[in-house]
Amino acid sequence: MIALLLRDLKLAFRAGGGFGLGLAFFLIVTVMVPFAVGPQSSLLATIAAGVLWLGALLACLLSLDRLLALDWEDGSLDLLATAPLPLEAVVTVKALAHWLTTGLPLVLAAPILGVLLNLPVPGFFWLIVSLLVGTPALSVIGTFGAALTVGLKRGGLLLSLLVLPLYVPTLIFGAEVARRGAIGMETQTPLLMLAGITAATIALLPFASAAVLRINLR
Amino acid sequence: MTLTVTDLTITRGGIPVLEALSFVLEPGRALILRGPNGIGKTTLLRTLAGLQPPLVGKIEGAEDQIAYASHSDGLKPTLTVTENLIFWALVFGTDSIQPAIDAFALNELTDRHAGNLSAGQKRRLGLARMLVTGRPIWMLDEPTVSLDKDAVQMFADAVRAHLAQGGSALIATHIDLGLDGDILDVGANKAKPGPLDDFDGGFL
Repeated sequence: MIALLLRDLKLAFRAGGGFGLGLAFFLIVTVMVPFAVGPQSSLLATIAAGVLWLGALLACLLSLDRLLALDWEDGSLDLLATAPLPLEAVVTVKALAHWLTTGLPLVLAAPILGVLLNLPVPGFFWLIVSLLVGTPALSVIGTFGAALTVGLKRGGLLLSLLVLPLYVPTLIFGAEVARRGAIGMETQTPLLMLAGITAATIALLPFASAAVLRINLR
Repeated sequence: MTLTVTDLTITRGGIPVLEALSFVLEPGRALILRGPNGIGKTTLLRTLAGLQPPLVGKIEGAEDQIAYASHSDGLKPTLTVTENLIFWALVFGTDSIQPAIDAFALNELTDRHAGNLSAGQKRRLGLARMLVTGRPIWMLDEPTVSLDKDAVQMFADAVRAHLAQGGSALIATHIDLGLDGDILDVGANKAKPGPLDDFDGGFL
């Protein structure tokens, strides 16, 4: 399993691996928002948490169609399926690698971009916490979507349509944690909901992903 | 490990392609799979490798014993030859990749990225992966495509060495590898076409 994780990380950092794609997209979205909505700092402070969460979510979505499709195209997914690793472990490792190369950089970049959007000071801590708790769910759900669409050529559109509704609960509660934190309200309830969604997806979805992958490999 | 296949029917895209197929693959033996294009050789290999379930019939002795090589080699173009092989060695829990590199004369290419290899060199690397898996039963689908004469000889030698160690191989190929193997011609097992009218009255 560690070998697969290290290989995926290595592939992501090498030429054409797509590392930084999500990060660059996140940067572009958040930098463009003040140009689009105008420079009133009070307005920006109000929408900062939501914009940052939406940007992070869309950036996550951007790299999903490469997650399993590349391995499927060059045949290594077939070979992995016949290897001693169970497919459940393969999809879990794939999701973890996706989070490490996409989710984690977004979490780290979010506070810097928060400055650009005039995020209120107490909000920074809660923004990082909510992204840290919420983004793993985005990777796991995304892996499920990628497994569903793996055999399709140009399946990116279908993948987005399938995955976006599943992202909605994470977005609602994640953005709510950051928004409440920013205006100094109590954040426990949405944070617990967010953590619950992440825990449930990590516990259940790898089995679903492996099952649909088995069907798609036939 | 003996692979026993009894009364197997396999499907491609839901349509039966081969039926009533039975054979036994003993350790130390090679079986050459022959049959016209589209008869279902690849489907048979994928079924035996466990990538899809058979429609009818039993496959015994295949679980965790098979190393499968498909048409594509499963190489990562941005990893070097060594990195590609080490990855599979780690996945299959074996320790040494040097015998595989020697067997397919990849010594001069070890630091090259797989994306920069020629088609034949890629194929050699893909076949070297079979040695790295340490699995006793090899399933090879058209292994000699894009190989030159010397490389085909290399491959035949590797299979012979594998058989000598008590392994076995099922090879779908159209050329003569010079192996002492039995021939399994699946042409006779072509599935009879079912009734074309699959209208389901219960659907209404």
